[in-house]
Amino acid sequence: MSSPPNASIAVAERAAANPNASVKLKVDKLDFYYGEKRALKGINLDMVDRQVTAMIGPSGCGKSTLLRVLNRMYDLYPGQRAEGKVLLDGQNVIGKEIDPAVLRARIGMVFQKPTPFPMSIYDNIAFGVKLHESISKAEMDQRVEWCLTKAALWSEVKDRLNASALGMSGGQQQRLCIARTIAVKPEVVLLDEPTSALDPISTAKIEELIDELKRDFTIVIVTHNMQQAARCADSTAFFYLGDLIEVGPTNKIFTNPHDSRTQDYITGRFG
Amino acid sequence: MSDHIVTSFDQELRELRNMIAEMGGYAEKSVADSVEALLKRDTQRAQAVIELDASIDRLQRQVEERAILIIAKRQPLALDLREIVSALRVANDLERVGDLGKNVAKRVVAINGHMQPVQLFGGFDHMADLVLEQLKQVLDAFAQRNVEEALAVWRSDGEIDAMYTSLFRELLTYMMEDPRNIGFCTHLLFCAKNIERIGDHATNIAETVHYLVTGESPAGERPKADTSISMVDLPAPAK
Repeated sequence: MSSPPNASIAVAERAAANPNASVKLKVDKLDFYYGEKRALKGINLDMVDRQVTAMIGPSGCGKSTLLRVLNRMYDLYPGQRAEGKVLLDGQNVIGKEIDPAVLRARIGMVFQKPTPFPMSIYDNIAFGVKLHESISKAEMDQRVEWCLTKAALWSEVKDRLNASALGMSGGQQQRLCIARTIAVKPEVVLLDEPTSALDPISTAKIEELIDELKRDFTIVIVTHNMQQAARCADSTAFFYLGDLIEVGPTNKIFTNPHDSRTQDYITGRFG
Repeated sequence: MSDHIVTSFDQELRELRNMIAEMGGYAEKSVADSVEALLKRDTQRAQAVIELDASIDRLQRQVEERAILIIAKRQPLALDLREIVSALRVANDLERVGDLGKNVAKRVVAINGHMQPVQLFGGFDHMADLVLEQLKQVLDAFAQRNVEEALAVWRSDGEIDAMYTSLFRELLTYMMEDPRNIGFCTHLLFCAKNIERIGDHATNIAETVHYLVTGESPAGERPKADTSISMVDLPAPAK
């Protein structure tokens, strides 16, 4: 119902730019309800493999709701339901036959407020890995080093892996959460306003991280920061009141969007 | 198009537009007065044009400073970003128009006292009228964000080029007739070229208007009809 006419063009443009680009995650006629209230209306959105897709829009537009559908966070709350499909490599992940715990190892999530476990830095990483794999201590050590390195945190914490994660700065905690997410080797990483609570330098480090991570993972990011979406994302989707208004290559969306509502929002004329 | 939530942003954009409008007014005056000075051999008027150019240069610097500040403060996107880029481009074109008018005025002073064939000035008058009309039309198009008007200017540059080519031939003929004509005819040749270049700057501004409104450059080749560049064989001198 609210599929923008240029949604498939956007994928085609990206595919043309990179002939190996394929759709990793496909949202197909998705409706979402909080009780009786319909918060997402017939959403069709493709997220290309190993690219960053940003979702922007004013408060209440449904972007965070959509993000949380992608890894079935709503399962935890009665009264919330999704209709339609979310296809990960063609398989519908919001179908009843899918185990949410397994899904959440394939689709990881990082939240706005850093949420380290009250454990050591090492155990923060090891905890999730142990739930899904049984590996030796030596392999676990390697895994911990690998994901802390990928999260640009290794050099800062390698000498205090047994120290409490709660003793780190906000920016470090957030990078630890990212390391923890990628430790279980997901395919998709969801970021819900990952730098809203952080200072400019931590923000820049995490944006740098996103640039590197997208070589290995498909990334979906919700952000209020227009410039961040412009810097980080390959494609950007604009939501308003539960509808997907426009989606396209980021360069086009921020220099010459099709829809006047998109233009009004990104230029600060909304309201 | 509604206003920005932050009203000071709108205020800053308005001030930028006003500065461009002021520059446009000065540029038009510079062209009109320098041609008038040429046709009437009015060195006083020419001197006034030379002095006017400083105001145009000052405004261009102000437009640049203001545009850069808006970029730093507001991180403009989409239409706002194109507006800033357009203001910078148009200010650049208008500053060059001012310089070209000043150059014509300086040559008026230089050729003062020389006899100039009256029949030549029909060509100048006609070309200058057309260029002034183009400039006025395109500046109105810019102020009103009118793409159709801008495209009309964009398509008409060929006419000015053709007039310049004709003036070029005529001046060559005079130079061949009598070597004593070469000095002031060379100055007149530069004046003709300057006026033709002013027409080109009007066309540049037309392209900027198109970009501002649509986000793209006009499709197709820019019409050009200046064939003087390939003129090698001189017309035979009249006997």
